[in-house]
This record gives sequence, structure tokens and C-alpha cells, in this order.
Amino acid sequence: MSTTSAVEPQYKVLIGMEIHVQLATKSKMFTGAANGFGGEPNSQVDPVILGLPGVLPVINKRAVEMAMMVGLALNCQIAAQTKWDRKSYYYPDLPKNYQISQYDQPLCGPGAIELPLPDGSSKTIRIRRAHLEEDAGKLMHEAGMTESLVDLNRAGTPLLEIVTEPDLHSPEEARLFGEELRRICRYLAVSHGIMQQGHMRFEPNINLHIYHHGKTIKTAITEVKNLNSFRSVERACSYEIQRQFGEFLAHPEDAPSKVKSTRGWDDDKGMTLLQREKEEAHDYRYFPDPDLVPLHVAPQWVNDLRAGVVELPIARRKRYQENFGMSAKEAFSLTEERDVADLFDRAAALGAPARRLTNLFLGPAAKIANEAASAEAATVLISDLPVTAQQYAKLAELIESGGISATSAVPIFEYLVKHVDADPAQAAQELGLVQVRDQNQTEAWVMQALTANPQAISDFKNNPKKKQASLGFLRGAVMKASQGKADPKLVGEILEAKLNAAAAQDS
Amino acid sequence: MINELSALEVRNKINAGEVTAVAAAQASLSAIAQRDGQLHAYNAVFADRALQRASAIDQARAAGKPLGLLAGVPIAIKDNLCTTFGATTCSSKMLKNFHSPYDATVVKKLEEAGAVILGKTNLDEFAMGSSTENSAFGPSHNPWNTTCVPGGSSGGSAAATAARMCAASLGSDTGGSIRQPASLCGIVGLKPTYGLVSRYGLVAFASSLDQIGPMTRCVEDAALLLQVIAGHDPLDSTSWPQPVPDYLSDLDKPLEGVRIGLPAEFSGEGIEPEVSGAIAKAVDFYRSQGATVVDVHLPHTKYGIAAYYVIAPAEASSNLSRYDGVHYGHRTAKPENLFDLYAASRAEGFGPEVQRRIMLGTYALSSGYYDAYYLRALRVRQLIKRDFDQAFEKCDFIACPTSPTVAFELGAKSGDPLQMYLCDVFTVTCNIAGIPGMNIPCGFSNSGLPIGLQILGPTFSEQRMLRLARMYEKHHDWHTRKPKGFTNS
Repeated sequence: MSTTSAVEPQYKVLIGMEIHVQLATKSKMFTGAANGFGGEPNSQVDPVILGLPGVLPVINKRAVEMAMMVGLALNCQIAAQTKWDRKSYYYPDLPKNYQISQYDQPLCGPGAIELPLPDGSSKTIRIRRAHLEEDAGKLMHEAGMTESLVDLNRAGTPLLEIVTEPDLHSPEEARLFGEELRRICRYLAVSHGIMQQGHMRFEPNINLHIYHHGKTIKTAITEVKNLNSFRSVERACSYEIQRQFGEFLAHPEDAPSKVKSTRGWDDDKGMTLLQREKEEAHDYRYFPDPDLVPLHVAPQWVNDLRAGVVELPIARRKRYQENFGMSAKEAFSLTEERDVADLFDRAAALGAPARRLTNLFLGPAAKIANEAASAEAATVLISDLPVTAQQYAKLAELIESGGISATSAVPIFEYLVKHVDADPAQAAQELGLVQVRDQNQTEAWVMQALTANPQAISDFKNNPKKKQASLGFLRGAVMKASQGKADPKLVGEILEAKLNAAAAQDS
Repeated sequence: MINELSALEVRNKINAGEVTAVAAAQASLSAIAQRDGQLHAYNAVFADRALQRASAIDQARAAGKPLGLLAGVPIAIKDNLCTTFGATTCSSKMLKNFHSPYDATVVKKLEEAGAVILGKTNLDEFAMGSSTENSAFGPSHNPWNTTCVPGGSSGGSAAATAARMCAASLGSDTGGSIRQPASLCGIVGLKPTYGLVSRYGLVAFASSLDQIGPMTRCVEDAALLLQVIAGHDPLDSTSWPQPVPDYLSDLDKPLEGVRIGLPAEFSGEGIEPEVSGAIAKAVDFYRSQGATVVDVHLPHTKYGIAAYYVIAPAEASSNLSRYDGVHYGHRTAKPENLFDLYAASRAEGFGPEVQRRIMLGTYALSSGYYDAYYLRALRVRQLIKRDFDQAFEKCDFIACPTSPTVAFELGAKSGDPLQMYLCDVFTVTCNIAGIPGMNIPCGFSNSGLPIGLQILGPTFSEQRMLRLARMYEKHHDWHTRKPKGFTNS
């Protein structure tokens, strides 16, 4: 519900999403031609992709399996029998002038996921269907040319089209859903989810239910085509909501007569533009593709695939919070990438203390990965660093047992990155970071710090407001004097004893 | 003359060293040179390539290498089968200059078996027609009477085979396109069970009906060619994943106690009396050989043509949408915009019959008409299948005419599409049901034109069907007769 002034009616936003996911199969949907991004134009083609006379499609079994895995992850019913239909329209990027798709018997039927929301709650998003089809090629219009060029490298790429019910109620929810779906697809390794390469494309269907003079008025649905970033999904939805509402306010009486329309998104101008209204919609003349036989999906096949559906990010986040005591934010960060979460789980499975492990991952590991990423101008994940689960586990154990201090973890971790297969304990030795818990030595460091910082001692004694701060400062000074080798716990004990003794002496 | 030998005879003589493959190819090529000017059976002849391949067969034999089932046999193939040599035109202006970068599966299989492909034969454009008059390159003529059509759409293959311009040929059959021209030209033509022969590389007309099959001068040759071209192809999802039976070994063994069904629906009006007479005699022959003749009913036959002319054009309208002037094929000279590029290229590239069927099919699949036409036709298809299933509970094979008439004059029906469509009245239900059917010569009209007997059988009954046909052929000499004016004597 949203309202800006007392006179304006309230409304509810309804967004349903259609998402096209390119499946990362080795070969294309209906032929053995390589399924890869880029390359010279028209290099990833064969007679089937070119739609030459006499060619026939053959189903890519792996694409069907990937589609079913996504279906299972979205809790969809997997059809016992599915078939293939031709969707006819003329366009130069579609060599056969029909697209092989699935019309009335999609591979994946109704399903739903629980979408976590930032406030900690979650919302059920129902999935209407998910079906397989083939992607089209690309047209290139070069400046100054009167003709267009056709590149069919993308043609025939397996596409999974996922359709939700209109259960998303804000532009933010639409974006969150898209992001979650991307994570799911990446976890299942069915898509690399690289948005810039068009691996996922979004088409939100948006309308409003406006409560006006005791009646509910539904605005006409608009479908915004081919959005390829989460930001544009959110912006286009926001724009459409404002546009539809504005249009309603201007002409409330026109609302019932409006028909569904298709709009394009202009990212530079930040607005949607009318492409066509439903009266002029295509007649796609769907009919079953006689070149392909219906596909019978045996229950055993589905069960085998179900076994291959890994723990998904939503479940994993929950487990990390419940079992490892992570905050929502920590769990979110660690589960963003499956490889990172898998590494974490392997280290945790070795018995390493979860808190230390979490801090190691989100502290030194994240820092070094980020630095490497900006240095190489490429994605570098924690799991890409040459540090093994065993090394993480040992390092976490070392911290936990007091063998090294938490602050020493950073240089030791850096050492491990540079020295592949090094033992964390030996690294601590090598770097002289083995924690010293000798009473006399620690006292000597404490005295060194106290002598150097009379003002902090004075603050501790005389200024109650600064008491804690000065204690913290002095603790840091001791650690610095020890070059990080002192045991913080012991330092705290000696430091407080000395200060309290000094304070008692004064009074 | 070598060119008058059957495929099996040529093969055996080459194997035995009595004839060379080169001599066999030369004999066919010289027959083509003599006769094809009148018949126009071929769209293209690859003389040099054929002689080279024949020579390679001879060398292989001389070197003692194993020879294939069709080693050195000169074969003609219909010009809707994709080949990496020559153009694949479908007798259409649209594909006049189309050169395929790949070979159809059947072409590969033929050549792997040692066949020498002589050339590609004329057809009704995109296999749409029953007379070969719809070819963009001019009609073929019937060797028995060159003022008559050879039938269609595989009229070029039929004429070439009948006129001894090849040992055997391949055609394709969507609604009768192998059997009807075989009947009109007095040869054997077999439309296999849907799925027995790979369609990969056959330029699609109606995908759920199309099958490639042999067109030969005798039953043995049909068995031989089928042996080579049948079998599962991973490139064709509709091809049947079963091993190919041996069609040749028991071919001469008569079928005992065979039951032959005579459907009342395949007789009566529209059939020339000479045709019904010849069919009746053929049935009498089977009876004399111990066959039981039973009456069967195929009550939905009367809807066959109507259903066919919805299903086939519907699929064709989709299959032919790729010919748009954008990627390959004919493109209009100066398109004003994209729509004009499509519309003008297609209007210029397709002949009137192809355009007619594209429009019929597009209409049948259009929103609002789909249920009334396409879906209803599919229901009729189920009923026709059921008719055959029920009939084959009572009989093993069905005997009937292939064509209601003998070959007709060129131009006699080309102005009346409905009359032309009725040429397929006895052949379309076989495609609709997906069952095998074959034509064997069973007589001649007083005018000297061949009459054909059609045998229909249950799915994958080719082995026994060929034996049944061979029973007849052994005791008759129709198939040995040669068109006058085309004998070498």
C-alpha cells in the first residue's frame, strides 16, 4: 500500500515476472553445435542452427535435465509428459521463422519459493510454469549502413523461460526475486548468470489495483521487454508504477478500457516506451512440432536429478544462522557464491570453530580476494585463493586455542596465499607470530605501553567518560609493543590489574 | 544392355567381375543422353562424378576390398534430398541455386553401400503435386506415352527408372508421391513405415507424413534399396530405434495362409474400369496361391483427403517459412523494407501450388481456426489409424488400386487443383496412418499405360509385404515390359 496525500487513492502493486535463463550446456538446444558466448559472428553454427532445408532438431538431454533441476529447486511439478511446439513469427534473427518452444505442456508446472526479504521476513512467490525453448540470433545495425547484419551464434541456445504469478508487490521485491533466481541458477551450475552477456533476461508484467471510491480498479498490464540488469528491473518497475498511476489519476474513467501492452525500457532516459498493444499482437500459430516426439519423463529420472539438486542459498543462509551463529548479513555474504559456501562447509566439517572461521572468511580472506579482484579487474572469489579448507580449519583452531592472536591471522593468511600448502602453525613460527603467554614478558610489554602513554593512564584514572576508551587504547598499544604476539586475554588481565592498582594508589 | 538390368543383377555382375561399375554408369549415362531430352526426368546429371565413383568401386574390387550392397549400382535420387554435390532445388525457383553443405542420411547410406549416384530427378515443387507439372523447371513426361504425366511428385524418379536411365531411384512420399508415379510409370515403389527411414536431409514438406523410399523395376531391388536406407538415425528424432530386418533372405518364400483384405471404400466410383479389372485379377491370383480374401472396412477413408489437405499444408506452411530471402535461396532484387523482402522473395520464389498450400496451412493454424481445422484433422487422423488397426485384425494386408486412373495427359488436371488432389485418394490414408504401402505393376490399359496394385500393411510389415509382392511378381511379367521407343534394340 502506498499513498502520498489524503486525496490520492491507495493502490497495490502486482508484478509477475518472466525470466529467460540461458542454460550453460556444451551444445545447443536441438543440435550438437557449440553453445558458447562470443566468437566471430556466425562461427557457432551448423546446418540445424542455420535452418537449412532438410535439417531436423534433436533434443539436448542435458538441457532438459538442467531445466528440471531448476524446476525442482523452485518446487515445481515436473511433467510426466512434455512436448514441443512451434511458435511462428517472421524475423531475420530466427532462421526457421519459427521458434521451437513449449506451449501447453511445459516441462515444469506450478511451484513456489520462499523469498527472504531484507526485514528478515519472507514471502511466497508462486511459479506458474517453466519451459524450454531455443534462443534467437542477433541483428546488428551498424551506423551508416542501410542494411542489418545477422549473427546466429546465439541462435539455438537453450533457454529456460520461468513465469511467476503476480506475487511481487514492489520493484524491490522484483529485483530481489531476480537476484535470488540468479543465485539458484548459479548454485545449480545451470547458468553462469553473467548479466552483461545476457545469460538472464527479465520481463516484468506490471499493473496496479487502485482502491477508488469504494471500488477496486485494475490498470491494464504492461509487459516490459528484455531487461538485462537487476537495476533496470527495479527502475523499470518503479517507472511503470508511477506512469500507470499517473495515467489513472489523469483519466480514471479510461482505465477499464485499456488493453495489455508491451513496452521497451530506455535505460538512458529512464523510461518505458510503448511497443505494441494487444490488438496488434502476433498470432503465433502454435502447433506441435512434428519433428520431435513427446518426451516421457520417468519418475526415476526426476529422482536422480533431485539427488543432484544441492542445498540452495536460501536454505544455506538459514542453516548458517542457526548452526553457526552467523548474523543474517554474514550468512548472506558467505552463501552468495556456492564455491565459497562449499569451502566454508568443508572447513567447518573438519571441526573448526565456526565463529573463527566466519571471521577468517569475511576478514582476511575477503580482503585479499577483493584486492586481487581490483588488481586483476576480474572476479576473484575467496574460493579462488590458494587456501584449502584444511588450512582454514587449522588457522581457526590456532586462533581459538590462543596459539596466535586474532590480529595475527591477517599476516598469516597473507603468508598462506603466497606459500601454497604452507602449514598455518609453521607460518606463525616463520612470521614470529606465535602467541606469547609468558607472564613476565607480557608484563614487560604492558609496562612499555604504560610508560609511553601517561595521558591514557591519567584519563583512565580521572575521566570516567574516557575510562573504557583509554583501556582499549592501551590494550592496542600493548599488542603493538608485542608486535601482535601477546595474548590479548592475558594483556587485558595484567593491564587492568596495573591500572586499578595505580588508581587505588592515587585515591 | 547393362542399363536394363535390375540393381541386384548389376551389383552381382560387378561383384562377379562380369561388368565394371564404370560400364554400368556409362550405360545409364548414355540412356540419359538419348532419352532425357524427351522425358526431363533429371534436373541435374553428375556424369563426371558418377564415373569417378564407379571407377573407385572398380578399383576397390580389383584390390580385393569388400564391396557394399549397392556396389556400382547407378542410382537416381529425387531433387529434394540434400547433397553436397550439385544443387538441391526441390524443383523450385526458391532453391534453384541452393547448394547443401551436408548430405542427407540416405545419400550417405547409398554412397557408403557403393551406389553410384547419377543425378537428381525432377519433382513437383517441394513435392507438392501428383503430376510433376508443378516443377519450376518444366514437367517430366511418362516414358510409356510422352504426352502423359509420369505422376508425382516423384515423377522424375519414376520416369528415370521406367525408362532405364538408372537401375533404381529414391523418391519421397507424403501422400502418395512414390506409389502414384510408380503406378503411372509401371514400376515398384515402396513407402516405408513412418520412422523406418531417416528424414534427415529430406527437404521437409509435411514432417509427420514424409518418408523416403525406393522406386525400382522389381521387388527384389526394392528390398535391396530398403535394406541400405532403413535404420535408426540419431539425427532424426522420429526414426525408429530398432535393428533393420533382413529384407532379402526370405524374399522368394511365399507367404502361407495370408489374408488379404479388400476395403469396400477403395472401390466404386471414380475408378477406371480397366484399373478395377486389373486389381480384381491380381486379387484372384493371390486367391489361387492360397490366400484368403476378406472384406474389410475403412469407414473414415472418405475423410482422408480432407484431413490430408489440412495436416500437410499446415506443416508445410511452417516448414517452408524458412524460405524468406534473408539467409539463402531466392531474394527479390530491390526490397523496399523487411516485409517487402519477405513477401516479394516468397511471391517470386514459390510457384502457385506451393503458395496455395502455404495459405491453406497458415489459415488452418490461425487463431480461431485451429480447432475447427487442424485439431479436427488430427482427430480424423486418429480415426483413420484406428480403421487400419481394426482392419489388420481381420487381414494381413490390404489390396487396392494405387491410382484410380492410369496416367493422364499433361494439362488435363493442372487447372483444377481439386481434381489433382483426388489422384491421392487411395494413397493418403497410408501416410496419415504411418503404415507402409507399395505399388507393384499389375497390368496395362488398352492404351498401353501401366496399372498399379497397392498393398498396404501394418507398421513395420515391410519384410512380409515385400514377400507378398514378390509372390505376384514371380508369376507375372508386367515389370519386365519396357516402354516402346525406349528399348535399346
